[in-house]
Amino acid sequence: MTNLSMSTSDPIVLETRERGTETVPDTEEVPLTFRIKNLSIWYGEKRAINDVTLDISANAVTSIIGPSGCGKSTLLRSLNRMHELVPGTRIEGAVLLLGENLYALDVDPATVRRRVGMVFQKSNPFPTMSIGENVTIGLRLNGVRDQKFLNERLEKSLRMAALWDEVKDDLHKPGTSLSGGQQQRLCIARALAVEPEVILMDEPCSALDPIATAKIEELIHDLKAQYTIVIVTHNMQQAGRVSDYTAFLYLGRLVEFGPTTKIFTNPSDPQTEDYITGRFG
Amino acid sequence: MTIAAPMPVSERSASARMTPPSRFGDKAFEWLTLGMALVVILMIFLIGWQLTRGSSLAIQKFGLRFLTTSTWDPVAEEFGALPFIYGTLVSSLIALLIAVPLSIATAIYLTELAPLWIRQPIVSLIEMLAAIPSVILGLWGIFVMIPWLRNYPFPLLKKLFGWTPFFTGPILGPSMLAGGIIIAIMILPIITSVSREILRSVPNLQREAAYALGATRWEVTRIAVLSYALKGLFGAVILGLGRALGETLAVTMVIGNTPQIAASLFKPGYTLASVIANEFTEATTEIYLQALVEIGLVLFGVTIAVNLLAQLLLRTMTTTSTTRAVQ
Amino acid sequence: MMHSKRKDRHRWRKFKSALVSFGTFAAAVSVIAPLGLVFFHLLVNGASSVNWDFFTQLPKPVGSPGGGMVNAIVGSLELLVLASVVGIPIGVLGGVYLAEYGSARGNSMLRFLADVLNGVPSITWGVVVYGLVVLRFKGFSAYAGGLALGIIMVPLILRTTEEVILLVPNGYREASLALGIARWKTIVHVVMKTASKGIITGILLALARIGGETAPLLFTAFGNRFWNHDLSQPVAALPLQIFTYAIAPYDDWHRQAWAGALVLVIGIFCVNVLVRILTRERARTTA
Repeated sequence: MTNLSMSTSDPIVLETRERGTETVPDTEEVPLTFRIKNLSIWYGEKRAINDVTLDISANAVTSIIGPSGCGKSTLLRSLNRMHELVPGTRIEGAVLLLGENLYALDVDPATVRRRVGMVFQKSNPFPTMSIGENVTIGLRLNGVRDQKFLNERLEKSLRMAALWDEVKDDLHKPGTSLSGGQQQRLCIARALAVEPEVILMDEPCSALDPIATAKIEELIHDLKAQYTIVIVTHNMQQAGRVSDYTAFLYLGRLVEFGPTTKIFTNPSDPQTEDYITGRFG
Repeated sequence: MTIAAPMPVSERSASARMTPPSRFGDKAFEWLTLGMALVVILMIFLIGWQLTRGSSLAIQKFGLRFLTTSTWDPVAEEFGALPFIYGTLVSSLIALLIAVPLSIATAIYLTELAPLWIRQPIVSLIEMLAAIPSVILGLWGIFVMIPWLRNYPFPLLKKLFGWTPFFTGPILGPSMLAGGIIIAIMILPIITSVSREILRSVPNLQREAAYALGATRWEVTRIAVLSYALKGLFGAVILGLGRALGETLAVTMVIGNTPQIAASLFKPGYTLASVIANEFTEATTEIYLQALVEIGLVLFGVTIAVNLLAQLLLRTMTTTSTTRAVQ
Repeated sequence: MMHSKRKDRHRWRKFKSALVSFGTFAAAVSVIAPLGLVFFHLLVNGASSVNWDFFTQLPKPVGSPGGGMVNAIVGSLELLVLASVVGIPIGVLGGVYLAEYGSARGNSMLRFLADVLNGVPSITWGVVVYGLVVLRFKGFSAYAGGLALGIIMVPLILRTTEEVILLVPNGYREASLALGIARWKTIVHVVMKTASKGIITGILLALARIGGETAPLLFTAFGNRFWNHDLSQPVAALPLQIFTYAIAPYDDWHRQAWAGALVLVIGIFCVNVLVRILTRERARTTA
């Protein structure tokens, strides 16, 4: 089924096709970070996630797309147990991080969250803290006292977030004194500082202008060498640009999952094709 | 299909340095803060318990006639609280009669009619008035207000209304009327600010609809705002009443402190709070002290009931904290 | 014919409206007037007596002119510190509970009780603490006075703390928890820190409120004409001293009462101005 009605001169589609020449291995052959097995999540009576089974590959970017209210954020948050912040949630199934079930009874959510970091839609550097304090807060409040180590992590995290050169002389300034795009990169540095293995991103660019967005997308591309990244986005072009694998969610069900190029150029499910081509959204 | 290997520990040096999470801290903190919040319940019980315990003798001895007898004779050990109940009610009533129209009119002015630039300064000034301690207003009452009342308004009232039982008799200065006036000054700020919050919470849609029909400013206020806010305004008044009932120092300093029930407002009076303030440390016998504690119990009962009513009324209108309005 | 009748009615309605505007303005003026009058007389009667003696001398024996209120000023400060020890921890932590934990219904009930408690006459607390502390330990004391004042502070601070913590955006809580930071640390180091200015202004306002309270001190702290550094003994307090002097028959004491009143009012107003400055800064940084 290749009768997609996107014109071939559309630069974004071209980009996807170009990347299509990179061999993105099938999930069968690649190391996995997450195995999601028959996951269902209820908010009270409402079933938000319906029997989702999904494998997230290591050192790759997986995007979750779908129309509003389909459960993208819920699914993302279930990967670091953040959905539990809403009272009255119930879960069935398992999420295995490197083989360990995150929802086993003896697992403390705080441990999970140190290994699976998160960046939010609206950048939220802590207002009472400086740039430096923002980055190291995760380490400090989790018990790290070694000042030398903190300074090392501070520089390393800001470099990984491509922010070091811009702020290295201003580390004492308040975190809120940066521009929107810089603040989001600060939040990424903050998440990186605690050395997670996975970074979850919930529509990280939706509040940013195109230039800031491009910087972040570039950053994501650089980060995947060391981290596993899962990104939720309502912007399909962004999913096409940034991710290696794409999962399409609709009304809490996983409709289709596979390498991004396949999803965007040759989807197997008609619903996927309808969404991609914009017949509903 | 392989599971990715976790990063070797040496590379995850941060995790090695972080303290392992424990649920203990969370639970302990939650219990600690819960305990502090429950102190509020403890406080209510504390008052009830202390006041009943401290007045048990008097309750036993006098029973219900404590509330209906007017004799207050420490020597003969006969105690009746009626003069004080009368004094508290009458002085509070006078205060409401003076303060309520002024406060609500001011609140209306501030929310509906005043030009914008004048609103905040007036609000700030009213907040400053609220911050004046009772004893200072009482001081001013003794040395400034009473002499002035004695020289001008009181004789005028006597001339105009001396034929009624309320304004007869000699004018000494310290009097029920002076007490009422000073309480009025003290409760003006709270009634005004709570009324303002109530009026502000009336949705603009109401006002806009009335304007659209061609109403004048006052008509908009009357039709769209006041009728909607009536219950809340009534709550503000009741809150002011609660404050008036418990007002102690300023009243004590200007009301004359004579336990009597008289029709004339020029005669001195005595309130529940004032008799406690004046005589508590002078109480020589146990029954005397317990009678005063019982007066405290009566005062507490009345103010709690009035405040409960006020809070219920206010909560139907708005969820704004009255604490913020009072401050 | 009809046209002019309608015009007349319209003019009458406009006139009524203007009349009401003026009337309510007059009401507003009369509400503020006492403030001006009180201040005026405080200055006229008290300013000349606020001198070095006032701040450094103890009260002279009954009948002798002169002397000061230094012990009352210090005593009031001591009482504020004692009250804070009780009122601040209970009020702030209780407010944290209502904002961060609990159930909707339970919290609503606690809030209601706190608001009702804010309306209890302060003299009632004097009677309660008299029974609890003064009788038990057989004497008036600064501890008793501080306890009474501290109890009054609790529901005040509880409500103001709760309100400012509820204003902290949820995004900060989420960001902190997502770093694996424990919930209690999130509340203390992120949420309360963000709300710190509001919490402090709430405390300051409560202190200004109880700093002027006299009734609860009448039979707890009781007052003292001399220095007292033993907190288990009666202690002087500025509002108490003003009251004692005001109702006494000596002119010189009246003069000093005015001075004391002026100093007390200025102290309270300084705290209020400080609060105003802090809240304006907060408004500017969030804008």
